[in-house]
Amino acid sequence: MTLLEARDVALSFGQTPALRGATLSAQPGEIVAIMGPSGSGKSTLLHCLAGILVPDQGEIWFDGQRIDTMNESRRSLLRRDRFGFVFQFGQLVPELTAEENVALPLLLGGVRRPAALRRARPWFERLGLAGLERRRSGELSGGQAQRVALARGLVAEPGVLFADEPTGALDTLTGEQVMDLLVSSAREQGTTVVVVTHEARVAAYADRQVVVRDGKVNALVTA
Amino acid sequence: MSVPLTLLGLLERKPGHGYDLKRDYDTFFSRGKPLPFGQVYATLGRLARDGKVVIGDVEPGVGPDRKRYVITDAGATEVDTWLTEPVEAEPHLQAVLFTKVVLALMLDRPAEDYLDTQRGVHLRRMKELTELKRTGTLVDAMLADHGLFHLEADLHWIDVTVARLDALRQVVRA
Ligand SMILES: Nc1ncnc2c1ncn2[C@@H]1O[C@H](COP(=O)(O)OP(=O)(O)OP(=O)(O)O)[C@@H](O)[C@H]1O
Ligand SMILES: [Mg+2]
Repeated sequence: MTLLEARDVALSFGQTPALRGATLSAQPGEIVAIMGPSGSGKSTLLHCLAGILVPDQGEIWFDGQRIDTMNESRRSLLRRDRFGFVFQFGQLVPELTAEENVALPLLLGGVRRPAALRRARPWFERLGLAGLERRRSGELSGGQAQRVALARGLVAEPGVLFADEPTGALDTLTGEQVMDLLVSSAREQGTTVVVVTHEARVAAYADRQVVVRDGKVNALVTA
Repeated sequence: MSVPLTLLGLLERKPGHGYDLKRDYDTFFSRGKPLPFGQVYATLGRLARDGKVVIGDVEPGVGPDRKRYVITDAGATEVDTWLTEPVEAEPHLQAVLFTKVVLALMLDRPAEDYLDTQRGVHLRRMKELTELKRTGTLVDAMLADHGLFHLEADLHWIDVTVARLDALRQVVRA
């Protein structure tokens, strides 16, 4: 069974072709790493899969629904309710405390504040962040902020977590801690993960690795 | 991994029986390939012959395990020299990959496919090592990391080689 799929997707930015017939699918609970050189189309593919960008050609399917033909408001609801996101940096809201940042997807989804904060709090213990609940993002180290972002990506128990270079701004050991937590938490919740990285050591945490080159996906024979 | 030097190193901590040495060796250095007892005793015999260990008190009874081995000054010096000198940076794997790539280009074979296959093999090994790291002991994790960084370096080399294949083809086919 396939949970998420890009079928023969093409997308250009003006004259620049970013994707030229990219095909990729993920099974429920599967962790897929997208690797490839800079500018090859990794982030563009991730954004298409997540319903952030609409391809010029091809189809995107999630949970039996074609999402590239949905209107923007339905896609936006889908992103809010079924997807989680972690990016390389700059994604925490600086005005909010760490626990409010974690609770944000729940608050946006209509969960009331006390309940949302109650669900956010256990993530701090779990990700080794106990005691930092009330800090603002400017008062966290890069690795701490990235773990807060990870908690925020997973707190609503999304069907799919999309992560674009989640360890890109971290040193080796901190990056590996974040990946380890990402993989264990996703496995525990049964969350499917699509993670973009150009680092093989990060990709090695995934169940399956693919390489994007010139806007196309090459499956690696690793199994 | 040099078995004689490792056993000598273990003996430098404290004198021990062949059995203790095998147990410690297997715990830290064997990576799932236990050292056969025969090899332990043969190695200790050679070290004794070469004056790097001596046999301390022999306990009553039969069998090789009555002997307790003690490192000599010569043995300790050898361990020290070995630990102090850096090991040769291993260029072997890269040499093999390079040879294959150049030959593939000379013979007009698909060098890029070959490198992609190699990338897959490397990543599969990296996945195994990462799993070992996530589930194993700290010792497992540290050894796995060493392997992971080396494999990653090979992959970087594969990446830049793929990017330079056209240029390399022109050089080797000129
Ligand atoms: N918003 C945009 N406007 C114009 N061109 C874009 C835009 N986003 C991406 N591109 C172009 O599309 C191509 C693919 O970009 P993409 O960001 O998907 O690459 P990437 O594989 O994620 O690279 P990196 O590893 O550097 O993040 C590139 O040529 C890039 O310049
Ligand atoms: Mg990118």
